[in-house]
Amino acid sequence: MSMDVADSFVGGFSFDFGFLAEASAKTTHAGLSALDVCGMVMVSVGLVFFLGAAVGLYRFPDFYTRMHAAGKGDTLSSLLILLGFGLITLDDFSMVGWLLVVKLLAIVLFIMLTSPTSTHALMRAGYEDGVEPVTKGSSSKNTKKEVES
Amino acid sequence: MTEGFTVFAGAALFVLMLPALYRVAVGPTSFDRLVAVNVIGTKTAVLLVVIGTLFGRLDMFVDFALAYALLNFVASLAVARYLNRTRSTPERKPAKRRTPRKKKAKAS
Repeated sequence: MSMDVADSFVGGFSFDFGFLAEASAKTTHAGLSALDVCGMVMVSVGLVFFLGAAVGLYRFPDFYTRMHAAGKGDTLSSLLILLGFGLITLDDFSMVGWLLVVKLLAIVLFIMLTSPTSTHALMRAGYEDGVEPVTKGSSSKNTKKEVES
Repeated sequence: MTEGFTVFAGAALFVLMLPALYRVAVGPTSFDRLVAVNVIGTKTAVLLVVIGTLFGRLDMFVDFALAYALLNFVASLAVARYLNRTRSTPERKPAKRRTPRKKKAKAS
């Protein structure tokens, strides 16, 4: 892999984390280590959360409800998918592998800080601009489907 | 086995972006489009990590994903502030209140 070039700079020594290296070396019959299985589970859970966010963004009747679904589901699914791929990538415990995981954690931290911030800014901009929330019994102008009832 | 799962995760991310793209296309207000664009941008940063895992060059694609997430955040905040400022400026009135108060204080 491309790790060899950067490994030559740092000497290519690897840390010896006991249980982690043991979990990585011990593979199941399908060629998967325990870290791979954990990463796959996290990515699957993240995809389920993103499915919820996408369905909410498609189906909800109002700007605020859509923003509710999009903000929460998007943040949590991004965090879970990125951490899951970090676990899948972490198969050899070299210096470059740890640097890669630290960069992934930086992206996770950045998304965890900025996604609620942008959600809050958009919500406030929409509120001050006068987007009407849908109320009970009255079909708002913002609703996608004007159901006569 | 891991590669097949990575391909599946990337394809599922791409397919699940399509409802957000629909919301961009037919969103009633401009804020709906903006929210959907924000979601698509965040998921594109995640999809870059998936592509990097698939190519075996994750050390390069992680930097792309970080820069893309940063640019997405800055663009979203900029458009939100732009749409916010268009109407909230002419409603400021506390500057006018000060002068009558001073006159009342002088009169009494």
